Amino acid sequence: MSVKPIVYVLTSWLLLCSGQLVADEQKFQRFLDSVYSAPPSAKSLWLSADDKAEIYQRFNYRLNRLRQRYWFADEASVWVLEEVGKEKPITMAVAVKDQKVSAIEVLAYRESRGGEIRHNFFRKQFIDASLTEKNELSQNIDGITGATLSVRAMQKVAKVALFLDQKAGATAQ
Amino acid sequence: MKKTVLAIAVSAMAANAVADTTLEELQKRIDAQDKEIAELKKAQSATDAKVEATADAVESSSGSVDKSLDWAARTKIGGYGELHYNNFEGKDDKIDAHRFVLYIGHEFNEKVRFFSELELEHGLAGDGKPGEVELEQAYVEWDYAENHRLVAGQFLIPVGILNETHEPETFYGTERNPVEKNIIPVTWWEAGAQLRGEIAAGLSYDFAMHSGLKAADDEGNLSSIRSGRQKVANAYANDFAYTGRIKYTGVPGLELAATAQYQENLTQGAISDASATLFETHVIYNVAGFGLRALAAQWNIDGDAAKDAGMDVQNGWYIEPSYKVTSKLGFFARYNEWDNTAGADDSEAEEVIDYGLNFWLVPNVVFKADWSDDQNNDKNDSFNLGVGWSF
Repeated sequence: MSVKPIVYVLTSWLLLCSGQLVADEQKFQRFLDSVYSAPPSAKSLWLSADDKAEIYQRFNYRLNRLRQRYWFADEASVWVLEEVGKEKPITMAVAVKDQKVSAIEVLAYRESRGGEIRHNFFRKQFIDASLTEKNELSQNIDGITGATLSVRAMQKVAKVALFLDQKAGATAQ
Repeated sequence: MKKTVLAIAVSAMAANAVADTTLEELQKRIDAQDKEIAELKKAQSATDAKVEATADAVESSSGSVDKSLDWAARTKIGGYGELHYNNFEGKDDKIDAHRFVLYIGHEFNEKVRFFSELELEHGLAGDGKPGEVELEQAYVEWDYAENHRLVAGQFLIPVGILNETHEPETFYGTERNPVEKNIIPVTWWEAGAQLRGEIAAGLSYDFAMHSGLKAADDEGNLSSIRSGRQKVANAYANDFAYTGRIKYTGVPGLELAATAQYQENLTQGAISDASATLFETHVIYNVAGFGLRALAAQWNIDGDAAKDAGMDVQNGWYIEPSYKVTSKLGFFARYNEWDNTAGADDSEAEEVIDYGLNFWLVPNVVFKADWSDDQNNDKNDSFNLGVGWSF
């Protein structure tokens, strides 16, 4: 019996299963390509206990990592962060330039409701938003009825990305 | 004179010699230091590499999860609760633990999950007690394709504004509005199968085939639609129902929806001719602090029994403008009108005006205060206070 068909079936099955992963990676590569002419390699922003406490206190967001990976070139930084909507984490990529959001995308959406935040008609409200002193976004984001939690998650991620960009800038100096 | 010149020449030569030696020494020292710097740099990047590797190891091991913890991570608990105080104009005041709800859900894999909702109303259930324990939802959901899913089991009917989303912090007014309560009727669940999904950005559909209402007693007397909810409790399943809904949320802050439902027989055969249709449409719009909700719904019930009782047409509508002064404080006013016997010529519609405020301590905890003004019967006028939360 020929082995070839089995190999093809197995390969297609694996590709199908890994479809989600490949999609995330592809999406992120496309995001990086849209931000940078030549995507830089990743850097690490080391987070102290004080940094993490500040992020929690200011944004009600838990960032339990030793370091946060990010990309930086052409004065723009890119951050990949997650936040739970209702039950599952939503993975998002945020590009920050001149301390303002220059692009934001959903890399992986796992909830069964509220997926409208993936679409451009919603995300474009974040462009040019910056962080105010009161830890709010400088622009009003009109929500999606029935997707309040996903909307909140994206707002939080945008704020944290703006904050981390400031921190990374400070460290670089 | 010659001696002085010689002396100067000798000391100059000596000074040069000293200077040469010092320069040489300095050069040696600089070379040595350069070498040390190079070695230190090498050691530094080796340390950097070690630190990164350590962080990698820490972060990957902290991600690994014990099998029992994995089960716990797939299982979610949630819920909501509401406590109400109603001060009535013409009847006894009440204070009531109106609802206590628990959601339990579990994810079998990325595409298949189950969700359930258990509710205790009015605090105490049992014979002669004011409350009930109800299973409101219990279904399996399968994401059979990207953006499309199948729901099988017991679920909330996709109709209206409150039916599917009624956590206390999501609406204004201590009590739920009377139009959705008496016309739709909220909260309404049935059992069957439902297809839901997204056709385009912000355009979604629901299509369900499910158990029907039994709005009649066994003697064939028509009852209210609200009391026709069987709640899938050993329910009669002689006649089924079909519900379809289209919803548009393609503009931030906007929701436009329309639902149509067909009931094969609203009485499960207790009355032979009692098919019925329901149409409902609503708009929700939130922009900056301003909010608007408007909803209209109508039942058309066939057959003589309904016509004779004037219940062949039942309809209602409401409009609710609101304004959030801050992200935590909002004011609303609502005009409600409904008629459960609109088919009768002399029928007078019920009219109620509600107004009040919501204060969100945190987004998921709300305090409510409102007045309800029954235009037809002052005895029903009330001042209401409520506290609610969801998690």
